[in-house]
Amino acid sequence: MHEMSLCEGILQILEDNAKSQGFKKVKSVWLEIGALSGVEIEAMKFCFDAVTRNTLAEKAALEIINKPGLAWCMKCSKNVEVSQRFDECPDCGSYQLQVVGGDEMKIKELEVE
Amino acid sequence: MCTVCGCGEGETTIEGHSHSHEHSHDHDHDHDHDHSHSHDHSHSHDHDHEHHDYGQGAAHAHAPGMSQSRMVQIETDILGKNNEYAALNRRWFAEHHVLTLNLVSSPGSGKTTLLTRSIDDLKDDLNVSVIEGDQQTANDAERIRETGVKALQINTGKGCHLDAHMIGHALESLQPEDKGVLFIENVGNLVCPAAFDLGEAHKVAILSVTEGEDKPLKYPDMFHAADIMLLNKIDLLPYLNFDVEKCIEYARRVNPGIKILQVSATTGEGMDLWYQWIKTTQQLSLIG
Repeated sequence: MHEMSLCEGILQILEDNAKSQGFKKVKSVWLEIGALSGVEIEAMKFCFDAVTRNTLAEKAALEIINKPGLAWCMKCSKNVEVSQRFDECPDCGSYQLQVVGGDEMKIKELEVE
Repeated sequence: MCTVCGCGEGETTIEGHSHSHEHSHDHDHDHDHDHSHSHDHSHSHDHDHEHHDYGQGAAHAHAPGMSQSRMVQIETDILGKNNEYAALNRRWFAEHHVLTLNLVSSPGSGKTTLLTRSIDDLKDDLNVSVIEGDQQTANDAERIRETGVKALQINTGKGCHLDAHMIGHALESLQPEDKGVLFIENVGNLVCPAAFDLGEAHKVAILSVTEGEDKPLKYPDMFHAADIMLLNKIDLLPYLNFDVEKCIEYARRVNPGIKILQVSATTGEGMDLWYQWIKTTQQLSLIG
């Protein structure tokens, strides 16, 4: 999607937190990325390395926590796992699904010093 | 760019907005020397330390020989900054009762033609203003201004989408009138603008019948984010192999609640329903 701008956003959040939480260097970053967030993980890693060069997060490890796509099936009245927004319900084949999870793009945790 | 938009750093220009974007965030890197007095404590253990000492291994694990790192849980949304700006914009729109519509589509779907026709037909009844987003040139804003309404061009440079911070600045210069309608014509792109909330009331996706009917499946994020889809250029249907029913089915698969209108901005067919939707939605925005 627009991984470069997302990485710029991550770096800004890191810099803001460095001030508020008092750290000077980021060694690892854990990102929570949902299957429906539209983020391409490989592109994200590539951009992260480029964006963090000469910053507090230079050479930081980028760890990805994948979250599955989750949708509420109206017919089955339960949550089912989906990999794309237009997937049908794996159980009943209905398209009456409401996505309820898997679109997150979050910085979960940092290892800092 | 000062929000999440890194893809256009230093490239964004907003008409009539002369100062650069470096003002709002201070990027000063304070070096606080909190630990400069730490040696005082090394031999006096009879009082409590006021500050946390991270020099002895990871936090919560004061094992000797470990690195000085610690874990920080921040749980921050990557798009959080943009969403904060979007919330500010949304509040401004609500206070001024401005109905804001974010028009998204691929390049060449006829967005600007649809917009100029809509403005011509609506400007007697509604206060219309427009924010135009393109990578380069002010051509579109000029086309809009020819209709006699206020328009402002944002050039995103290398950027692939508008973000909420750009819109906030554009509002300062454009000053849309209260109780009006503000159209934001986003950069022609069916991918990135889906994720960036501008504070609009609705995203309006425009798809033309000269594109493939499976576009909603190919770009599901955008059609999922939109509340209404305009299927444009239907006057060309006799010359094309475009399956309207299939297209509608695909769009509903991605977004069961999406409203779909079939229009032609050239002949005016179907445009009445679109205007009716705008006027009704604008009336609703006056309530509360």
